[in-house]
Amino acid sequence: MNFSQAHWEEPLLNEIRAPAVFGFDSKIRQPAGRTDKGALERRSLQLPDVSERYLMKHYVNLSQMNYSVDNGPHLLGSCTMKYNPKVSENIAALEKVARIHPLQPVETVQGALRIMYELSRALCSISGMDAVSLQPAGGAQGEFAGMLIARAYFEKKGEKRNRILVPDSAHGTNPASAAMAGYEVRELPSKDGMVDVGLLRKSVDENVAAIMLTNPNTLGLFEEDAGEIADIMHERGALLYYDGANMNAIIGKTNPGAMGFDIVHFNLHKTFATPHGGGGPGAGPVGVRQPLEKFLPVPVVVHRNGAYDLDYDRPDSIGKLHSFYGNFGILLRAYTYIIMNGSSGLVRNSEKAVLNSNYLMKRISGTYSVPHKKLKKHEFVASASEIKSRRGVSALDISKRLIDHGVHPPTIYFPQIVGEALMIEPTENLSKDTLDDIARILAETASEPAELLHTAPHSTGRGRIDEVRAARDMVFTWKELQQRGNGR
Amino acid sequence: MNEDEEMLQFLGLRSVDDLFSDIPEKFRTGKPDIPEGLSEMEAVSYLKNVLDCNISSAEYRSYLGAGAYDGFVPAIVQHVIGRSELYTSYTPYQSEFSQGLLQLIFEYQSMMSELTAMDVVNASLYDGASAIGEAAMMCSRIAEGGKFLIPRAMAPWKKSVIVNYLRGTGVAVAEYGYSAATGQADTNQLADMAGQGACGVYVEMPNFLGLYQEDIADIRGVIGKVPLVAGVNPLSLATVVPPGEYGADIVVGEGQPLGLGLNFGGPYLGIFACRKEHVRKMPGRVVGATVDSEGRRSFCLTLQAREQHIRRSRATSNVCTNQTLLSVAASVYLAAMGSAGLKYAAHTIEHNRALTMDAFAKAGMTVPFRGSGFNEFVLITDSVPEHVSREMLRHRMIAGLPLNGILPELGNASLWAVNERMDGEEIRNLVKTVASVN
Repeated sequence: MNFSQAHWEEPLLNEIRAPAVFGFDSKIRQPAGRTDKGALERRSLQLPDVSERYLMKHYVNLSQMNYSVDNGPHLLGSCTMKYNPKVSENIAALEKVARIHPLQPVETVQGALRIMYELSRALCSISGMDAVSLQPAGGAQGEFAGMLIARAYFEKKGEKRNRILVPDSAHGTNPASAAMAGYEVRELPSKDGMVDVGLLRKSVDENVAAIMLTNPNTLGLFEEDAGEIADIMHERGALLYYDGANMNAIIGKTNPGAMGFDIVHFNLHKTFATPHGGGGPGAGPVGVRQPLEKFLPVPVVVHRNGAYDLDYDRPDSIGKLHSFYGNFGILLRAYTYIIMNGSSGLVRNSEKAVLNSNYLMKRISGTYSVPHKKLKKHEFVASASEIKSRRGVSALDISKRLIDHGVHPPTIYFPQIVGEALMIEPTENLSKDTLDDIARILAETASEPAELLHTAPHSTGRGRIDEVRAARDMVFTWKELQQRGNGR
Repeated sequence: MNEDEEMLQFLGLRSVDDLFSDIPEKFRTGKPDIPEGLSEMEAVSYLKNVLDCNISSAEYRSYLGAGAYDGFVPAIVQHVIGRSELYTSYTPYQSEFSQGLLQLIFEYQSMMSELTAMDVVNASLYDGASAIGEAAMMCSRIAEGGKFLIPRAMAPWKKSVIVNYLRGTGVAVAEYGYSAATGQADTNQLADMAGQGACGVYVEMPNFLGLYQEDIADIRGVIGKVPLVAGVNPLSLATVVPPGEYGADIVVGEGQPLGLGLNFGGPYLGIFACRKEHVRKMPGRVVGATVDSEGRRSFCLTLQAREQHIRRSRATSNVCTNQTLLSVAASVYLAAMGSAGLKYAAHTIEHNRALTMDAFAKAGMTVPFRGSGFNEFVLITDSVPEHVSREMLRHRMIAGLPLNGILPELGNASLWAVNERMDGEEIRNLVKTVASVN
């Protein structure tokens, strides 16, 4: 793959001198009158004054300096960067979506409520849970909701449990969410990349509320002892939390309910292909088994007497995490994806994702060591440790060099239990030809001159960025930048 | 042989099932219980049919606000965020080929910093409610004190979110009241409560009832050293004094009024700003300016050591996903409107609010709080608000939000919002219709 990115020296908006004087620059008429606020009146406001013609140039040029899924492959492990079907964008832009207010009388939003209801049911079936709340606005908020539900469950039972267990290979959000809900977090060292069942057995006492797991785990390994893990937790009255970040690996093969989990969160922007948006918006619904259902956030969408309604009358609910019902625009896109794929399509996606992952792993295993080498699921972790000790080339250097080939680098240095980790998730969307290209690029990169790699990337508008300086200087606005001579 | 078969052969496997041989039999499930897939043509037709059961504010005039507004959105906003280089991109950790988005976030931070008069603005949080929750948690890291003070006259859904975000901190929420005469926060009560050990004070400007706090300049002095969190409507900041000028330590707000759709409640935009001295305690991502290997101006995500992927259980927040695309939308909105356009919009909203309040009062209905404010006002009707609301639907209008379940002491009160689209004729028609069903 031959990659080159547009290279505009695009000024900041405040540096563009192109006054907004044309007819198309007028967005709103001057008001007929003014109210007098006295001392509350704002004295000055200095936003850029730029003609739309130059604004559009600015935004088009900047977008051309941004790599995206529509440009090429993203190898990001645990991020599931799939293609985002265009039809979803059209549906979400309809006025029947974009211009309905969350507080409208329910009889005027029956379509929206029906979509939420149907989506919840689909997610129940996919996860093996009994009820789902769509409210959390991202995966981490779904985890937080799950932890609050666990808390409410034990409080209701009159049990004081203050500890959450997480494997050391867990996503960072897991321990952070547990801590935010007031739990003490204990990280469990893995054994051969899996949960150490012996250690777990010794770690679970009456103070442990839950364990947070993802299965397959972040090494792409299916935790074969999941049944025993569930037994250990449940025998001691504790719960199992499923981090749904890796759910793209298993649809139609197994589900968290079948594995004994009690609480699940979904990342709709991963498994169900809603756009990543450069970091968001996402959606992180949370699902539970029946005994935990009464603790779900309010309101719950219900269907009774032939109509959809919002049920707030749930005294044991944890309350709210979002002003309204979550990111409806994202839920709608995920629902569109689910009905277009259908049952067989979702299963095929998981099969192809796992096939692609194993194929790419074997393709590159001559060059990179792949610890715990056996069957993987949707992702795998390769290590550049041997290359680093031999040639001084790090996982960071290799990932930066991939940019020169138009490949978004893998997740690196995670999980921390693998040295110089390159965590690779190709997703189901990449063709065999693309995977072969990626394998070739990874192999060639490993033997390129070290100096070429240390200074990569070479094809982008910018060379290696000085992140240390950014953290030291702490320049967050163009005003501060101006005070420093505009950073030029 | 198709490509899947070639790949399986390369792996030495006979079938796709062999890829899942590591999943024990007892865990196996069948396909999920979902209908088989629809073609794009069928899916569009089905979804449009379902969505037709919604009534949008393009069809019925709507007077709902309470944090989300049906404002005017310049066309350029959708054109920019509809560019697939932006909306399909990953979080810009790989800064060398993500300079476009990083610069856009930097511009958002810069304009929001100007609008709020605060030093630092993060790259966004989920929504206005979780931004208050994060601010409350941050206060518990900045100051001692077992209480976080919030107004009684506040959206109940936001209160619930704050309580949840504080669950892990041991800090309790306590409410200060509002004046029955003005609808504004009771500053005396606030002073007493702040003096009794609070880690933070949350003040809204405008408040839930649409009113500006006239003595906002005194609040800082009244609460002493307790961290002040200001909740703002960002569009109002084009016309009203910004929180950086009345001593706020943290500023939060719902960014939806800055050119975002109503979207049945989301996705919206959580605005979060703070003073620089607190930046290491701040949640969420932030973009900083730096240079590349050639010394050229560049941007990257910075201060990541606060965040969950590095600090894990000791992170300032668990937040990972944010609302980047919507921060870009807000940024494009601000740039397209410009200082003048933004002021026109804000002045028009204030003006329409005053005209509508006057018109209701002249028609003999009670408008209890007549102070200056933004977007909404309280109206007292003879009939219960739910009755008014039902009857208004017959006239193809969506009434204001009933307040009788939220602030029962106000009687048959409801909260009505105006926007910048309204004109004199619409106001007359609205008042006439409400009077006829009241």
